[in-house]
Amino acid sequence: MSVTKAPAEVPAVAKAPAASRPHPRKPRKTKAGWNLLGLLLFVTLGFPVYWMLNTAFKPAKDAIDPDPHFFPSTFTLENFRRALDIADFWGPVGRSLVVSAVVVVIGIAVGLLAALAISRFAFRGRKIVIVGILAVQMVPLVAMIIPVFLLLNDLGQYDKLTGLIITYLTFILPFTVWTLRGFIVNIPKELEEAAQVDGCTPTGAFLRVVFPLLAPGMVATSVYGFIQAWNEYLYALMLMSQQNQTATVWLSNFITKNGTEYAPMMAGSTMMAVPIVILFLIVQRKMAAGLTAGAVKG
Amino acid sequence: MSAADTTTAKVPPVRQSPPSGSGASGPAPQGGKRKGGAGIPWLLLAPCLIVLILVLGYPLVRLVTLSFQHFGQPQLWGFQEAESAGFDNFTAILGDGEFWAVVLRTVIFAAGAVIVTMVLGMLIALLLQRVSGWVKALINIVLVASWGMPIIVSTAIFKWLFDADYGVLNWMLSRLPGVDMIGHNWFASGPQGLAVIMLLVVWGAVPFVVITLSAGLTQVPKELEEAARLDGAGAIGVFRYVTLPILKPIIVMLTTLSVIWDMGVFPQVYVMRNGHPEAEFQLLTTYSFDKAFVVNDYGTGSAIAVVTVLLLLGVVAVYMRQMLKIGDVE
Repeated sequence: MSVTKAPAEVPAVAKAPAASRPHPRKPRKTKAGWNLLGLLLFVTLGFPVYWMLNTAFKPAKDAIDPDPHFFPSTFTLENFRRALDIADFWGPVGRSLVVSAVVVVIGIAVGLLAALAISRFAFRGRKIVIVGILAVQMVPLVAMIIPVFLLLNDLGQYDKLTGLIITYLTFILPFTVWTLRGFIVNIPKELEEAAQVDGCTPTGAFLRVVFPLLAPGMVATSVYGFIQAWNEYLYALMLMSQQNQTATVWLSNFITKNGTEYAPMMAGSTMMAVPIVILFLIVQRKMAAGLTAGAVKG
Repeated sequence: MSAADTTTAKVPPVRQSPPSGSGASGPAPQGGKRKGGAGIPWLLLAPCLIVLILVLGYPLVRLVTLSFQHFGQPQLWGFQEAESAGFDNFTAILGDGEFWAVVLRTVIFAAGAVIVTMVLGMLIALLLQRVSGWVKALINIVLVASWGMPIIVSTAIFKWLFDADYGVLNWMLSRLPGVDMIGHNWFASGPQGLAVIMLLVVWGAVPFVVITLSAGLTQVPKELEEAARLDGAGAIGVFRYVTLPILKPIIVMLTTLSVIWDMGVFPQVYVMRNGHPEAEFQLLTTYSFDKAFVVNDYGTGSAIAVVTVLLLLGVVAVYMRQMLKIGDVE
């Protein structure tokens, strides 16, 4: 049953009793069964993504054929051209890029300082701060849309990118604080202490020892935060006018119009999702390590 | 390679009982956190706290005050001052049969989505332990793809898959002997339509659960499982008495998070129903939204949002306790 991988994990000693196990197993047969089940799962979970790509690249008339075409018989970029024609694409994408980038820069800068405070210092009130930052993440965004809309209205920030950036900080900031904290906790304090013994100031020790080790985690957190901001829909819909819409709202235009043109919509979806998914694939491993850091203490 | 493998690589078993792991509760002053002046940490926290109070604290206060006011179109344009409503908004919604129907629907929807997500996530995480490396890699790519997808995109895809006339799903189901689903409209009835939306929510939520649980599974000591097996426990016994207790903190955390997320489902319903969810599709989030922005009754909308947040508070308390344990807070 227990399939040990990464031999480095298990010292040779542990393997000895396994040899004298009381009941013999047929590893190859079960393994093949599990693999088959795994492949089935792969096909099922992956089908929606495949269907998006398949629809995007085949002629629009094939999309509405009563007998579905499971492979694009003719490969065409026509749907992409149509998607770009239906509504301005680059404007919304530019706005989404600006908003996501600025939110992440602010979120990482402010979040890193806070994460340092709660992971490296003991001070009165620390627990309350942690509870507060966690609690903030629990408030459903949808519940906040009413006051946020009215407030931005009062401040003259409705339909302005700054307004959207301010609002996005509500969910990006708690996330960056908590995730960066996870990465910092994983860096042994002994390293800093050793640097200080060697004559570094606490700040110097942080800059020379912790910061380089933290860099990959910070990159992963930035990318993930960027994706969260990029994917956000509700605030973007409510706080920006039609002329200044962002990428997610641009896509929903296709959907909410009567008589949806599915082929261009899938092309639009592909343009919106593929770069993001690729980015995500790159940082996901690092992210999983950060999100679960300290979550399991044996 | 997969997330699970890399996590193990990063956290070798050796580090499972580090002397400094217990934070400041250790007796040795050296092993703890810095005990410097209280000024520095607060200085570091200041920007974050100021931003959060401004962008979150203030709107939250405004939400609560709104829920005690009559606030409509005239107040929005500034023609009239908002007038205090006392508990009017709350008595109105709590005395409204439709509101309770929405609450019940939301609870059933969220519970269903959470249970399916957690069970499926656990099964997939266990399966990932048993398959070959290349299968694992394939599944991981798919999981990350569905995780990283903008909700709006996955909603569009599901809308297309389940389309009454041209959706591939109806066609596939009709291949089964004795099934004719051609032209079947999944959104003609609330329960069926919400089931489709639940499927969409689960599809997007499972990856996070699987990847987190996989990381947790790598931390289950092999010796314990081995010992249980030698004592004659079957696969289910090992899972129940060894694996599950060790994973419990993660499971509690994931479940509470899922409850919070699934109670807050909005774009999926909103976009699926073309921006106008019918009565039988209303969940607390869309209901509050409609009251505020469609009927322009911001007071009542806020009151519904406040009730939603209160409903979630209990769940949040559980989550907090768990996170504080994890965050080695002394």
